[in-house]
Amino acid sequence: MAKYAFRLNGRAVSAESWDPAQPLLYVLRGPFSLHGTKFGCGLGQCGACTVLMDGKAVRSCTTPISRAAGHAITTIEGLTTNDTPHKVQAAFVAEQAAQCGYCTSGMIMTAAAFLSATPSPTIEQAKAGLAGNLCRCGTHTRILRAVVRASKA
Amino acid sequence: MASVMFSRRDLLKAGGAVVVSFAFGGSLPRHLDAQTPATGKPLDPSEVDAFLAFHADGTVTVYTGKVDVGTGFRIAVAQMAAEELGIPAQRITVVDGDTGVCPDQGGTGGSTGLTRGGADVRQAAATARQALLGLGAARLNRPANDLTIAGGEVRPTAGGTGVSIAELVGERRFSLKVDAKAPLRDPRQYSVVGQPLPRPDVPAKCSGRHTYVHDFTLPGMLHARVIRTAAIGATLQSVDESSIRGIPDVRLVRIENFLALVGKDEWSVVKAAGALKTTWSEGRPLPGSDGLDRWTRTAAIDRDQTVVNRGDATAAIGSAATTVSATYFWPFQSHASLGPCCAVADVKGDAATVWSSSQGTHGLRANLSKVFGLSVDKVRVVFLDGAGSYGTNGGDHVAADAVLLSKTVGQPVRVQWSRQDETGWDPKGPQQLLDIRAGVDAGGRIVGWDTQMWLPNQTGGARALLAAEASGISQEHGTGAGAITQNGDPPYQADNVRVMVHWTKEVPLQLSNLRAPGKIANVFAVESFTDELAAAAGVDAVSFRLDRLTDPRAIEAIRRTAQAFNWQPRKSPNPRTGEGGVFEGRGIAYMRYKQAENYVAIAMDVAVRPATGRIEVRRVVCAHDCGLIVNPDALKNQVEGCIVQTLSRALHEEVTFDRTRVTSVDWASYPILRFPEAPQVDVILIDRPDQPLLGAGEAATAPVAAALANAVFDATGVRLRTVPFTQERVKAALAVDRKSTAVL
Repeated sequence: MAKYAFRLNGRAVSAESWDPAQPLLYVLRGPFSLHGTKFGCGLGQCGACTVLMDGKAVRSCTTPISRAAGHAITTIEGLTTNDTPHKVQAAFVAEQAAQCGYCTSGMIMTAAAFLSATPSPTIEQAKAGLAGNLCRCGTHTRILRAVVRASKA
Repeated sequence: MASVMFSRRDLLKAGGAVVVSFAFGGSLPRHLDAQTPATGKPLDPSEVDAFLAFHADGTVTVYTGKVDVGTGFRIAVAQMAAEELGIPAQRITVVDGDTGVCPDQGGTGGSTGLTRGGADVRQAAATARQALLGLGAARLNRPANDLTIAGGEVRPTAGGTGVSIAELVGERRFSLKVDAKAPLRDPRQYSVVGQPLPRPDVPAKCSGRHTYVHDFTLPGMLHARVIRTAAIGATLQSVDESSIRGIPDVRLVRIENFLALVGKDEWSVVKAAGALKTTWSEGRPLPGSDGLDRWTRTAAIDRDQTVVNRGDATAAIGSAATTVSATYFWPFQSHASLGPCCAVADVKGDAATVWSSSQGTHGLRANLSKVFGLSVDKVRVVFLDGAGSYGTNGGDHVAADAVLLSKTVGQPVRVQWSRQDETGWDPKGPQQLLDIRAGVDAGGRIVGWDTQMWLPNQTGGARALLAAEASGISQEHGTGAGAITQNGDPPYQADNVRVMVHWTKEVPLQLSNLRAPGKIANVFAVESFTDELAAAAGVDAVSFRLDRLTDPRAIEAIRRTAQAFNWQPRKSPNPRTGEGGVFEGRGIAYMRYKQAENYVAIAMDVAVRPATGRIEVRRVVCAHDCGLIVNPDALKNQVEGCIVQTLSRALHEEVTFDRTRVTSVDWASYPILRFPEAPQVDVILIDRPDQPLLGAGEAATAPVAAALANAVFDATGVRLRTVPFTQERVKAALAVDRKSTAVL
């Protein structure tokens, strides 16, 4: 089995896989037991599996492990440092911007990457920034408020 | 690759003398705080101990058979219990939906979470309060009447030294019957109920550490994917095992037409499921979703049912000065849960433990035990959060998949459906066709109103589980979709009213309760039609409604909405072009949920782009009265969600199917609302501490589609009567309208 080395939440790690096409999602949830990253569609349509690769938001369900190799991956668990939530996580909690919460990890990861590139977004920019992430519960208004709140934190 | 083939006979013969052990604690992270051992814990809802466990550290566990599906139910129940018990809500942990420790309070549906689930807990807590006051009286040597409970202490009302509940009770049980007459706290004195306390699940949902059923694992657990039939009702003709030869450690399990792949590595299983070549027979023919409204009207009728009949609507309409009629259609829709459903089952001999996000774990337990021939006492269903389900999605089916597979392979099995399975195979909210006719007299009085509904037949019994169907296990074939005929009559003054249902024999797709079952479409029809009456009379839509209502709560809901919206009285339509050639308009709709519960009025501003047919919802205002409010922030979250989700359903959603199978199976073929379409939503909560509380997870969905259609009509003069209001449909309607009536 081939071995793939990469950085995961700040640590150097490696994972074995029989299949270079194995999506990163299954590596994170399986051997690393990082369950915060969710399977939503496996098609890159919903954003529930979003993680950061070198600081950019990517869909872990369509990112093969072979492509992740050599890169720095950050998951929702890695966004929290020393038990201190990231400003986006804190803003989501403050706005109570979740219902079922299944989309929340991917939403927060997308928002974190978006705010790195666009630190002071308008509401319209925030909407466009989150356009690739689906929320079925209809928590959109709170999520947008949380993104704006985080941008001011 | 090893292949295991079982016959149905083998399966039913399987089973032995292994007694399942319900380990309490270690394997259930959310339940670590629960101190009461699983075995022997009272489950009888007539017992206080069924609902409450007191602990020596001053904390309390509340057990409830209702579940929190992202609604804030847990914090609301904790607040209701805290208020009666006089302890801070933060000291209460809620354990929900575990059939091993939680009383059966019926499924979590019909907005009964708080009205039944919360109310039962509250009464148990009120009973416990009286007992605690009694214990405190003995300990403090003072009459119970002089005592109160606050801050987790029984203490003299006039002040002085008290004694903590923990000291009084420790870990002991009450062994008390719930006293239906135990006095409840006076709402005017409430200090916990009514507060916007944050939900306990949100921080972990934002850190990625909340355990969903999808994240639950057991030692030795296998992953599985089920290969669903190519066409509904098809039989499996052949399986080409060589098609997955290169994939390591995957086993094929076949039981008649039930086909699954099982293995230790989830990706291997997923990859094999995608690669496996199978051939299937033709299935049961379906009518197809194209022209489903016409099919529904001409389908064979099983029976007619009159659900509302006041006076003689037919005669009144026949002799009215003016008659108006219109037809509305709502298509099949999917729960479309964001995470495909998942379950873990551990079947050992004649006993099974199932981890599931089912909204009705007790009901699921009963059905699983019946279908798989297990004694109900030997089946435990443990609720874990899932992706929002909004009714019965694929969650019960996937639990059956997991039980069948665990039973077959003798190991714990986790099954998560694919996206295509979830959107394609979740039982659906039914199609609804409505004709409405009304007669109006010269003074504008509605003298007769007649609603005719065509709906797929509702028969009793449990919904057939896909796994049992495919593997040839006999079972019930209920076709229930919930109370889908409610709100078919107008909430307004009308002299003669009839609502009649024509139940069609054929049920095209498996049915299920989907959020606010039936009522969204019924209110869409009734409130669109009301708007048509107002427009025909040349009367402002708000005035038209207010003139025909007497209930002060209804009037206040509409008034508060109109006021916050800055509604200017005028007749509709009022086509006017805004910036960039878009048409702008506003609409309103009102309803009382089930004609007996919440009062909700919704107004919205829309813009319609004639070139593309795109509708933009800019602002939504909603006044919402559900009686006593338990947690205003959690409530607002629900109301906002109801509004945005129903906008998605009205704008985009339609299950498509051809002659054999569902063809809308992912987010491209079953699109839902995305962020760029998210409107501003302003919710006005009308708190009525003197009124009974009502559930609020559904009601605000019901007026959304009508308010939207009414706003589009106001903007364009075009009346949309078929959901969804896709760009193509709107564009076509605008084009037709231009040619025929030149309204624009």
